[in-house]
Amino acid sequence: MDTHSPQAATASPSPILECRNLSVSYETRAGLVPAVVDFNLKLMPGEAHGLVGESGCGKSTIALAIMRYLGRNGRITGGQVLFEGRDLLTLSPTELRRVRGADIAMIYQEPMASLNPTLRIGRQLAEVLTVHQGLDRASALDRAAAMLERVRLADAGRILAAYPHQLSGGQQQRIVIAMALLANPKVLLLDEPTTALDVTVEAGIVDLIRDISTEFGTAMLYVSHNLGLILETCQRLTVMYSGEAVETGPVDEVFRRVRHPYTRGLFASIPVPSADKASRPLVTIPGQLPSPTNRPHGCYFGPRCAFFEPGRCDEAAVPMAQVSRTHASRCRRIAEIDWDTPAAGAVTREETKIGRTVLQVEGLSKRYHAVRANEDLTFEAREAETLAIVGESGCGKSTFARILMGLDQATSGSISLMGEELARLPVTKRDRVTIRSLQMVFQNPFDTLNPSQTVGFQIARVLRRFGARMSEAQIRERVLELLDTVKLPRDFAGRRPRQLSGGQKQRIGIARAFAGDPAVVVADEPVSALDVSVQAAVTELLMDIQRRNGTTLLFISHDLSVVRYLSDRVVVMYLGRIMEQGRTGDIFAPPYHPYTEALLAAVPIADPTIRKRKVVISGEMPSPSNPPAGCPFSTRCPYAIEDLCERTVPPAQLFGEGHAIACHLPRETLLAMEPIILAADSLNEANNHHA
Amino acid sequence: MARLIAKRLGQMLLIMGVTSLLLFAIFDTDQFRRQIAVSELGGFGVATLNAADYEGWLEKKGLNEPFLSRYVTWVGDVMQGDLGRSIEKNMAVSTLLADRLQRTAILASCFFVLMVPISLTLGVLAGMREGGRLDRVISIVAVVTTSIPQIATAVLLTVFLSLGLGWVPAKSAMVGGFSFRELVLPLLTLLIYDIGYVVRMTRASMAEVMSANYIRTAVLKGLAGSHVIVGHALRNALIVPFTLIFLQLNWLLSHVVVVEVFFQYSGFGRMLYEAAMFGDIAVLQAATLVAVAVAALSQLLSDIAYILLNPRVGAAG
Repeated sequence: MDTHSPQAATASPSPILECRNLSVSYETRAGLVPAVVDFNLKLMPGEAHGLVGESGCGKSTIALAIMRYLGRNGRITGGQVLFEGRDLLTLSPTELRRVRGADIAMIYQEPMASLNPTLRIGRQLAEVLTVHQGLDRASALDRAAAMLERVRLADAGRILAAYPHQLSGGQQQRIVIAMALLANPKVLLLDEPTTALDVTVEAGIVDLIRDISTEFGTAMLYVSHNLGLILETCQRLTVMYSGEAVETGPVDEVFRRVRHPYTRGLFASIPVPSADKASRPLVTIPGQLPSPTNRPHGCYFGPRCAFFEPGRCDEAAVPMAQVSRTHASRCRRIAEIDWDTPAAGAVTREETKIGRTVLQVEGLSKRYHAVRANEDLTFEAREAETLAIVGESGCGKSTFARILMGLDQATSGSISLMGEELARLPVTKRDRVTIRSLQMVFQNPFDTLNPSQTVGFQIARVLRRFGARMSEAQIRERVLELLDTVKLPRDFAGRRPRQLSGGQKQRIGIARAFAGDPAVVVADEPVSALDVSVQAAVTELLMDIQRRNGTTLLFISHDLSVVRYLSDRVVVMYLGRIMEQGRTGDIFAPPYHPYTEALLAAVPIADPTIRKRKVVISGEMPSPSNPPAGCPFSTRCPYAIEDLCERTVPPAQLFGEGHAIACHLPRETLLAMEPIILAADSLNEANNHHA
Repeated sequence: MARLIAKRLGQMLLIMGVTSLLLFAIFDTDQFRRQIAVSELGGFGVATLNAADYEGWLEKKGLNEPFLSRYVTWVGDVMQGDLGRSIEKNMAVSTLLADRLQRTAILASCFFVLMVPISLTLGVLAGMREGGRLDRVISIVAVVTTSIPQIATAVLLTVFLSLGLGWVPAKSAMVGGFSFRELVLPLLTLLIYDIGYVVRMTRASMAEVMSANYIRTAVLKGLAGSHVIVGHALRNALIVPFTLIFLQLNWLLSHVVVVEVFFQYSGFGRMLYEAAMFGDIAVLQAATLVAVAVAALSQLLSDIAYILLNPRVGAAG
């Protein structure tokens, strides 16, 4: 390198990208609101640096500030962004343009929205080279086609001629990655590049990103809310909280020697394979993120911190303190906190007693013309049991929920709720008792509450509809009790939904679902729209109420970590069919269905002590309107048996108590499968299970 | 595409049938027949007629035939290209219609030639930087011009440009043959309102596109601002306004009535107005057919433009 960066004199190599005391604010009606405060970062050539935090912590703002793209309201209020020693913030528009896309390129969260819908892929790719390297259109297209192969997209010619909408989400993201790599940038900024994708597709993209960093030697700033992903892709990480970096260091060191209470809380609130609802429940971080207009004095995390010391933590702004040469934390009490004791609040619970069968599903199918949304579903759910229905988008889990709730009718088969047949009984024809005993918690708490009515009124309405004769005073009393149950202050009864945070709204959703004391509650991705630290609290709450009331919980989710943590039994679905079902322990240990195996291998785990076996599956889910005649997974299955799997629907093979795998593989092959997840301390457990 | 065209044409024929039947029904009353007689023979002339003579007159005009048979005859004539005779003007409707339509077509062509580039340019300029100074100026002007009713615009323009400054004639009857100077006021009246409307639509569309993620992608690729606008934003931003412009054809047809009558411009609008006031049923019917055809065709053109501009729809349909 021939640039004269300030560090050139020192022995250590100079960073390719450096943020020095970077501060960004957004102009709002309330004045300038700081989004990022005094941010520092050194990105070495070829290094991958993770930027982790919850929504609103400023992590995406940093990526956009580096690119100097903050919209009309964003202002960089201080600091420097040095690229190879040059301050990007002082570049002229022309100079900046030469850096953008050529030296520093960006990969975005929603690939579909990031590609121009009316231009062909070829043109969108070629443009990078015609602009930055002065290539003519034809040679630019050649280079683009070559790059498509490097991001493992087959059939480059067809893809170059296609419009974005003609490609799948995974393909689109590979295009965006190819676009970013075309000019051979020195730095890649990745802003939640896999958040919008399914787990198995995500795994392929993460794999690709990892290979790119080794193959191209590109330095990466990886922005994500997913600690597991950062662990698997980065060497260093910075944890952000409310606009500030709170902890930074090498990934391994930060994971093993956490030195900030927020980071520690974040780790404890993520379900990792070693967490278990009975023996090691999640530890939740109390409270919520402060709003950027109303940050506390001193440490921003202070009000939620268990180690908060008045007079010290809430005085002056807390500076970053070195923990080791490479590891720093923004905490005043690093030296005093006992970091090795597990976070307080980890209460162990008794296992619940599972009762009689409440819900029986038998041969349930649903077709929309050619689309087979559900095909021959058979399973049951028992009293006080949590049954998880797992699968990626398009697997038919939501269709099942709609049929169960009476919003749609089955084509054939039956659903029996305590003896009552519901498969073809629309909700308008169900009696009050049935409706009351079957309630739902929805995915998006933001849309499911009526914005013009108070929270108390909305809960009371459910009580009036379903409750036995209650006086107004009794109803009011019950509403307050329900607010206690979901751990919200009683005066929330008078609030309107817009005065509530996402987590609080979801608590109201839970209170509403449990108001009529239902027998079965269907929770459709109830925490996936919430922030990590809030997810744990809502998950725990849901389980607490369910245990206390002996409710059957149908937990619909794509998140295997959460499912493993809270469910008793699991049904794994793919393209409308059940691939595997059984007790949670059986699902997460061999023998696996090949799809379950791939799914397990795809989930990033935020625990460095865990090793995972790698499973590579190719391609994406086929269209539900044109599924294979046999096993729906046969098109991607690494074990697929030619002439058999794609033609014949596999039989369900039974392994132990209620553990069924729908697969053609010989029993011995399935039994001989190796475990996917191996933790140092759970290794024995897995072996015991095998025996 | 072929299915869409067939569907729209089918709809057009259906609407033509229904509206013409309704018009026939509305005008099929004794009172109305007498009104026609009065307008043709004069009030005094009708008053002197005895009942038998009146019947004779009706028979001569073919007005005493049953409603349905008259309608069927009319449909048959129309199919053969005979639109009937104007009672008021005493000439073939087709001749009248051709003449008047031509006049309005001149007005409409000038209108579109000016309206499309002006409003798209202003709309794109305003939407490029939403909330910028240029946007605020253009938006305010557009709101003001669309808020003034056309009749008020017509009066104001006449007062200022014609009576005050004397630049252009106040009326556009074109008695001395065709004159572009006489076209100015009706044209301006139409333009002032409609440009404001299309500008606002274009601006909204452009502003939405400029905040889209793919524009961010284009900017962060290192493209120059002009390249981003022309290469990435325009096509997406113009989809909505472009389809809207075809619908202005239909809008124009109803708004020329006010403008042509006010400025005494002898076009389609004025013809329609006079026929309605007089009860000139054959002219009204013919004008209705034209209006329905224009409405259906502009809708069709708008649909086709949308399909051509938007690859997502093209693939699905």
